[in-house]
Amino acid sequence: MNKRLVTLLLVMAALLVGVLPTVNAQDDVFRVAAVAPSATNDLAFSQSMFDALTLVDAEMGDAFDFVFQEGTFVVDDAAVALREWAASGEYDLIIAHGSQYGAIVEELAPEFPETSFAWGTDQNTFGLPNVFAYTAAAGEGGFLNGAMAAMMSESGIIGVVGPIEVGDAKLYVDGFVAGAAAIRPDVQVQVTYIQSFSDVPLATEAANTFVANGADVLTGTAQMVVGPIAVATENGIPWFGTQSSQADLAAESGVMFQVYRWDVVLMDMIASIQGGTLGGEAFTLTLANGGLQMVMGQRGM
Amino acid sequence: MIEQVFTASVFAAALRLATPYMFASIGEMFGQRSGVLNLGVDGIMLMGAFFAHYVALMTGSAVLGVGAALLVGALLGLATAFVSVTLKAEQGISGIGMYLFGLGMSELLFQRLVGTPRSVEGFSAIYIPLLSDIQFLGIGEIFFRHNILVYVAFALVPISAYIINRTPFGLMIRAVGQNPQAADAMGINVARVRYMTVILGSMLAGLAGAALSVALLKVFQQNLTSGLGFIAVALVYFGRWRPVGIMIGALLFSFVNALQLQISAIGLNIPSEFAVMAPYVITIIALVFASRQTEKPDALTKPFERGE
Repeated sequence: MNKRLVTLLLVMAALLVGVLPTVNAQDDVFRVAAVAPSATNDLAFSQSMFDALTLVDAEMGDAFDFVFQEGTFVVDDAAVALREWAASGEYDLIIAHGSQYGAIVEELAPEFPETSFAWGTDQNTFGLPNVFAYTAAAGEGGFLNGAMAAMMSESGIIGVVGPIEVGDAKLYVDGFVAGAAAIRPDVQVQVTYIQSFSDVPLATEAANTFVANGADVLTGTAQMVVGPIAVATENGIPWFGTQSSQADLAAESGVMFQVYRWDVVLMDMIASIQGGTLGGEAFTLTLANGGLQMVMGQRGM
Repeated sequence: MIEQVFTASVFAAALRLATPYMFASIGEMFGQRSGVLNLGVDGIMLMGAFFAHYVALMTGSAVLGVGAALLVGALLGLATAFVSVTLKAEQGISGIGMYLFGLGMSELLFQRLVGTPRSVEGFSAIYIPLLSDIQFLGIGEIFFRHNILVYVAFALVPISAYIINRTPFGLMIRAVGQNPQAADAMGINVARVRYMTVILGSMLAGLAGAALSVALLKVFQQNLTSGLGFIAVALVYFGRWRPVGIMIGALLFSFVNALQLQISAIGLNIPSEFAVMAPYVITIIALVFASRQTEKPDALTKPFERGE
């Protein structure tokens, strides 16, 4: 075959490959793609976003569609998915649900200026016009939970199992400690950060340690709390949760859960994008805007 | 201060935390003493943990759950042995493959069959009559108020030491792991011995998973083990391929872990990052010393070829 013809075909193929992915979805369906570090049924952070997207899907019906890549705890795996979605041009909004993904979003967003990105929990949009940031004022519900926990504790000792001292986990724990102290200044709130979001065995033993030290109320945040919840249930002591409702697992131990309603900020983002604004704004879930909801468990006060 | 830190509950926690390591490490020891490295322990533990939890959830019987974990461990051990012994695959790589299979498959099955974390009744603590009441030095609380699998794990130490050191089967394992050609010349079926040790080790890995999901945590979640199986492999080296050494390593690692939780719980001003790091640092230091006087089986990771 003629070399020039081969070269021409290769150039045409390259152009096609280069052009096709940049064609954005032209139909009326608003498409979202999201990555999250843990499972959609973790009763915590990842589930809160999956539940929110499911709610938006139910509300918008055929005008909305989403894909969800769970379990991308390895940031490089998430980066591959995010890049592929962005390059496909099929999605109106790409969500990186985890503060560990910030650097990827900061790198990808300028390469795909026609695609809107969102990430959290954080408030930094990197000064980019196509990046939204979102976070939860988790300290608000934490304060309420802490106040109620202090009222319920007979021993005056409360145990808190935290993951890593960052983001909404730190906000929740700090709010909880402040709430408990506001109601009972003499209350002793014992906090352990186990330096992992997923180490269930260690989180469980942390909860056991609290109980052995006299704690009669427990709380915690992140997906490894399924272990501490089991400890609370086994010992018949109250459990306060956050991020998602853990009422089913906690059963008769569950008192109150702060639930993240990301759908509140998602609807705002979708409206912004449909209005032509692709980013540059930070959103915060609060009790006032309905993004944080307090849900009672079976145990009650 | 000392009394606040070194409480009986800390020592009891160390025994609980050591339990899954003991099962998995002693199981791995059997395989390694015969010359087979199984890096898939963590994946097999995850599968054992899932099936134990699922069966306990469906039937209400933790005993049946343990049976399911042993069975799935045996099946995965058979697959591991087939790849490592019959196909003579590179053991490190095939082990990682088994780990990834267990990680993914347990997650998939959990999503499809259970859906969301649910607790099971599982094994409760058994208070040994009279002994559990001993107050002196907290002995009752430390040693005699645990679930059945904790007792089984520690009973496994003398049993496995006896099997390895005092039985014809143990002699065959050691011979196959040290010099498979000589063992073969003596009429020992090298492949059969390796199949048996890998299957036995994998059953114990499955039991380690069950210890988590139906005894210690009573719940299952994706990647429940959080890499615990890899620590178990390291503990085999730490323990110099001996059950007592493995027990000491598992107890040391678990005790430091329990201690850092206690230090954090009582509010001592030590950064949690340092406390969490401590068990791993101590394990690495111990491994460095252990490696100086290694008693590693000579044929470890080497496939057997008759006539070599």
